Amino acid sequence: MERISYPRIGETAFWQTLDNGLPVCVVPRKGFERKYALFATRYGGMDMRFEKDGQWLDTPAGIAHYLEHKMFDTAEGNALQELAKNGAEPNAFTSNAITVYYFDSTDHFYENLEILLSFVSVPYFTEESVAKEQGIIAQEIGMIEDNPEWQVYKQLMQALYEKSSARESVAGSVESISHITAQTLYDCHGAFYTPSNMCLVVVGDVDEEKVVQLARKVLPKTSGPAIARDYGQEESLVPVTKETRCCMEVSMPTFLAGFKCPPAPKGQEQMRYQIIGDLACDMLLGESSSLFARLYGEGLVNGTFGSSFDLLPGVAYVYVGGDSKEPETVVQAILDEARRVIREGFDPDYYQRVLRANFGTAIKGLNSFEGVAVSMAEGCFDGYDPCRFPEVYDSLTQQDLLDFIRENICESRMALSVIEPKEDSSCKS
Amino acid sequence: MKQNRTEILPNVFLTYLAAKKFKTGYLSAQFVTPLRRETASMNALLPAVLHRGSMGYPDMEQLSAAMDRLYGAQIDYTVRKKGETQCVGFVASVIDDSFVPRDERLLEPTAALLGELLLDPVTRGGRFLNEYVDSEKNHLIDTIRSIRNDKRDWANLRLIQEMCADEPYGIYCLGDEESAQKINNRKLYEQSREMMRTSRLELFYYGSAEEQRVTDALLSAFSLLSRGVVEPIPLPCRRTAPEKPRIITEEMDVTQGKLSMGFRCGSGDVPALILANLMFGGSSNSKLFLNVREKLSLCYYASSQYARSKGILTVSSGIETKDYDRACHEILRQLQAVQEGQWEDWELSGARSTMLSALRAVQDGQGAAENWYLGQNATGQTETPEELACQIQQVTPERIREAAQSIQLDTVYFLKGKDE
Repeated sequence: MERISYPRIGETAFWQTLDNGLPVCVVPRKGFERKYALFATRYGGMDMRFEKDGQWLDTPAGIAHYLEHKMFDTAEGNALQELAKNGAEPNAFTSNAITVYYFDSTDHFYENLEILLSFVSVPYFTEESVAKEQGIIAQEIGMIEDNPEWQVYKQLMQALYEKSSARESVAGSVESISHITAQTLYDCHGAFYTPSNMCLVVVGDVDEEKVVQLARKVLPKTSGPAIARDYGQEESLVPVTKETRCCMEVSMPTFLAGFKCPPAPKGQEQMRYQIIGDLACDMLLGESSSLFARLYGEGLVNGTFGSSFDLLPGVAYVYVGGDSKEPETVVQAILDEARRVIREGFDPDYYQRVLRANFGTAIKGLNSFEGVAVSMAEGCFDGYDPCRFPEVYDSLTQQDLLDFIRENICESRMALSVIEPKEDSSCKS
Repeated sequence: MKQNRTEILPNVFLTYLAAKKFKTGYLSAQFVTPLRRETASMNALLPAVLHRGSMGYPDMEQLSAAMDRLYGAQIDYTVRKKGETQCVGFVASVIDDSFVPRDERLLEPTAALLGELLLDPVTRGGRFLNEYVDSEKNHLIDTIRSIRNDKRDWANLRLIQEMCADEPYGIYCLGDEESAQKINNRKLYEQSREMMRTSRLELFYYGSAEEQRVTDALLSAFSLLSRGVVEPIPLPCRRTAPEKPRIITEEMDVTQGKLSMGFRCGSGDVPALILANLMFGGSSNSKLFLNVREKLSLCYYASSQYARSKGILTVSSGIETKDYDRACHEILRQLQAVQEGQWEDWELSGARSTMLSALRAVQDGQGAAENWYLGQNATGQTETPEELACQIQQVTPERIREAAQSIQLDTVYFLKGKDE
């Protein structure tokens, strides 16, 4: 395996791409009992339309997540059960862009890894088992729809985007998942769960050669063709709707303001874009910002206030929000502060401090096995090396952040989503 | 792994764990105090107010700046219920010196900042700043109110409030809205002095620094601490279930009903009860998960938790309102199966290895280890994870059956959707 050292962050990674096209990565962790393995496919909630055998296929919203639920079924029973028998803690999640299966274990690691590789690569569905899952997933959808944080985000995405599949919830709707059959699941598995579209990452005190051998033994010898995908037509940077409101059982209004940003460039530049966006959010809206101190001091925001810069396939956006009695006042303050910063620039000492803090936070993030594994897989899919973040920090200037804010944090790019308390008299649903 | 517990000042204990495998050092300072209705909200408010600023860093901006300069050192306030105690204080984490250029030292200034926040708060005329007290008080009240937003947490909280209505255990770790409303600056300041003088202080470090260096850093950080007569820590009281279980039903506008059930465990055989709980509903391989959720699709989630220091077991599930009777019945039937020893070998071996893995993994997380040792030290327990693992290994099926038979239903709480 190829060994890459990152002395500045005290890390090493081993990489090898197998003959069948699967990239395998091992990040050693001496002295830990825990071992973490992750098997991911570049297939998520946004992959609804793709080309198969020369034809464009439209699949229902929520299918990647549905498939994730059904993958644990095996001809012998259930892989969750098999892994749990060995004391492993298995789980899976589906995001907009990827589906990830993983387990955490202290014992029987190689046995568990073999189970993971095998259940993810060998589908086993019947019409009955697929139909039965409808009930479970419909309940899961019901539960998240009761969650105000989820609602406020979903409505924001629908206000921001017109055509992108980022509008759809990863889990789909009760209606959309009712169209899923065993055959659609087999089709999607066949297209996306193919070694060259996947990535295996192991973090822990393991023998890296043994990991590679096991992957060779268990997985198919060849890969299917590369998959053309359609995430919806290119979007203008202007939101579809400026504002969206609804009512729920919450004690105080909760809001998110979203700002449409240009989609990410490819490769190492993507990581740079992500770091610039994250830093810009922190400088402008983070816990150390004068804006946050002022809003918090005035009781306009509380500890739920936060911001994030998200890159999804074909789209990117900043969102900021939390609970507030006066969402409109907070949003106005954010826009005013962005204008002030663009005019006056940041204090150089403040810039250095936030840079230091974010660098430290990135170092701290390496403590998380899951965090390391997920970022290795994402980097692998999008063609960048996540362990090279210190070099990106070295190359940044304050101007990069100001440019980002000037271009993106302005009213013309913004949509606002608000959830209001039901008992509020102004609230009519 | 090297570990050591020393009394470095009167009733100030340092639990020190050494490991070079993390990127960070982890510090914690927790006052351990009895959970009481009169003081719970005040104690919960206190670290939030202290976290707003010290004499040296009197506002949030200066404080954040100080932490940013320490490469994003994090100091968070915590309020936790451990058994029938309330533990309040700060946890801090800071990256190792090896990642920073030149000879910068980060542990000492982080420990100093931690001590300063606790012991040298920004005051005016012998009181906290009114604006800090008022805004944190409002935040506390909002937080107490917002538990209702997560219906799952809400149902679990309501269950414990009803089931342990006249025990300290029934008090929510943040207290209640009514007593939070009554707090004023003077009372809070007095309670703060009193609590710090009379509560045991548990310090904790886990990381790569030598023990002496940590002890010196903490001694210097806490040199201002004044000590009085320290109150002994109350051990959780044990009750038995009423003859007929209490059933409580409440309504809210939700699409999914939440069913929570509380049981009393009469047996003191903790390792056996840990395994009984894991087989019943404590893992993704448990009877509740496999039968009630997967096989019957009766619930979206169904799991059980065992609070070993208090001897209480609770079940938490999300169901359709119409399935209430069936779900109750099924959950109790699964418990009965454990009580009658109806399990396959793999269920027990799975439960055992889940627990052994979890115990071995405690030392892999700095926060997890801190939480473990605080829980032990605050509830009069002394086992290390390794020692509990030994006990788990020795549990026989007979002991599990016997211990499980002591589990009795006490209270059922059902949060149902409003009728259309």
